[in-house]
Amino acid sequence: MILPLRLDAVRFRDIVGPLSFDLEAGDSTIVLGANGAGKSLLLRLMHGLIQPTGGAVRWSAAHAERHQAMVFQKPVMLRRSALDNVLYALELAGAPQARSQSLAALDEVGLRALAHRPARVLSGGEQQRLALARAWALHPEVLFLDEPTASLDPSATREIEAIINAFDASGTKIIMATHNLGQARRLGDEVIYLHQGRVLERAPVDRFFSQPAAPEAAAFIKGQLPWA
Amino acid sequence: MQEFPAVLLDARLWDIVVLSLEVSLAAVGLASVVGLPLGAAVAVWRFPGRRTLIVLLNALMGLPPVVVGLAVYLLLSRAGPLGSLGLLFTPPAMVLAQTVLIVPIIAALARQAVEDAWLEYEEQLRSLGARELHAALTVLWDIRFSLLTVVLAGLGRASAEVGAVMIVGGNIDGVTRVMTTAIALETSKGDLPLALGLGVVLIGVVVALNAAAFLLKDAAQRRYG
Repeated sequence: MILPLRLDAVRFRDIVGPLSFDLEAGDSTIVLGANGAGKSLLLRLMHGLIQPTGGAVRWSAAHAERHQAMVFQKPVMLRRSALDNVLYALELAGAPQARSQSLAALDEVGLRALAHRPARVLSGGEQQRLALARAWALHPEVLFLDEPTASLDPSATREIEAIINAFDASGTKIIMATHNLGQARRLGDEVIYLHQGRVLERAPVDRFFSQPAAPEAAAFIKGQLPWA
Repeated sequence: MQEFPAVLLDARLWDIVVLSLEVSLAAVGLASVVGLPLGAAVAVWRFPGRRTLIVLLNALMGLPPVVVGLAVYLLLSRAGPLGSLGLLFTPPAMVLAQTVLIVPIIAALARQAVEDAWLEYEEQLRSLGARELHAALTVLWDIRFSLLTVVLAGLGRASAEVGAVMIVGGNIDGVTRVMTTAIALETSKGDLPLALGLGVVLIGVVVALNAAAFLLKDAAQRRYG
């Protein structure tokens, strides 16, 4: 188990932090905040794509990077078939029976019929489902999602949310950045509210939306600009 | 003096065409071996002096062929550092000059293509656990059809230039005479039909190569997206 994850006074220049908190297995954590609050940067710091300029990101086991996956706002697909995109990830991970696992992952996201289509000609929603299939095949202990539905229509968004729920049901810890309040309510168990690179509030989803403690969070929920 | 269409049946003309293609294709092959990895390395790695190197490569794309010819001439002339090889006024000397001419073109264009793709792919590939070299090779393979266009730009430059091969090859009949040097010579001699015939073939070769590359890239785009 690579969880719990401990952030120890993590900073990145003067954009984010210092941040100190623990993330446990189980609950889905939503990182909420306005544009520029530092949500994407925080996810990248935790996932190890960016090194903090201060403090430390501590996982509970070695080789933690092998047990995480990340899905980005804009899926990046290689110029090859949908199946080969999933296979590529599994081969990097050194997984045995990569082909059958890839097909199973495509099944999970409902893309089995499109397995041999070039990934880059799939629609935006299909590409994002393919990105989730790529993550699914890796059986990650932690899945980071950076605004995965920000550029999708409502029906594609519903499909993506259903897959994220399936990850949650399979025991994967979800850590998702979003500024979509409805999505935070639907998918989250707890909210970390980020404002100008600092955590202003951390609370269970119900309490965060019914009685936000921080005035900036309350304003954000009401759809007001925090400084207005 | 032969008339224009009939000159296309002249065996001498086709000897010149074949030598031209041999020299330019060899130069493009060598320049790709040097230029593609160089461009990719500059695109992916961060090292001191990188920006200077990018500016230098971009500037060298416009190297005047006669200057390259002069430099290679000095290198290969009997008193020069490589004079003992006895390459001056031979096809290998022409290959060397054209290689020097187009390495910056291939490296600079490849650098741009790889850097654009790298910006898009890097985070995703690192997230999947790809190490730097593996990620770089993945990106290169993924944009291979764009790189083909880069190589063709080099081939176009090599097959069209006259200054460098004229200086280091000497335009010796039957030995180092290629299409561009022959056109220059025949025009100044007044043998316009031969010059015109060579010109038509030269343009035909360049158009055919670019058409083939376009069709290949188009088919790849449809197949791989």
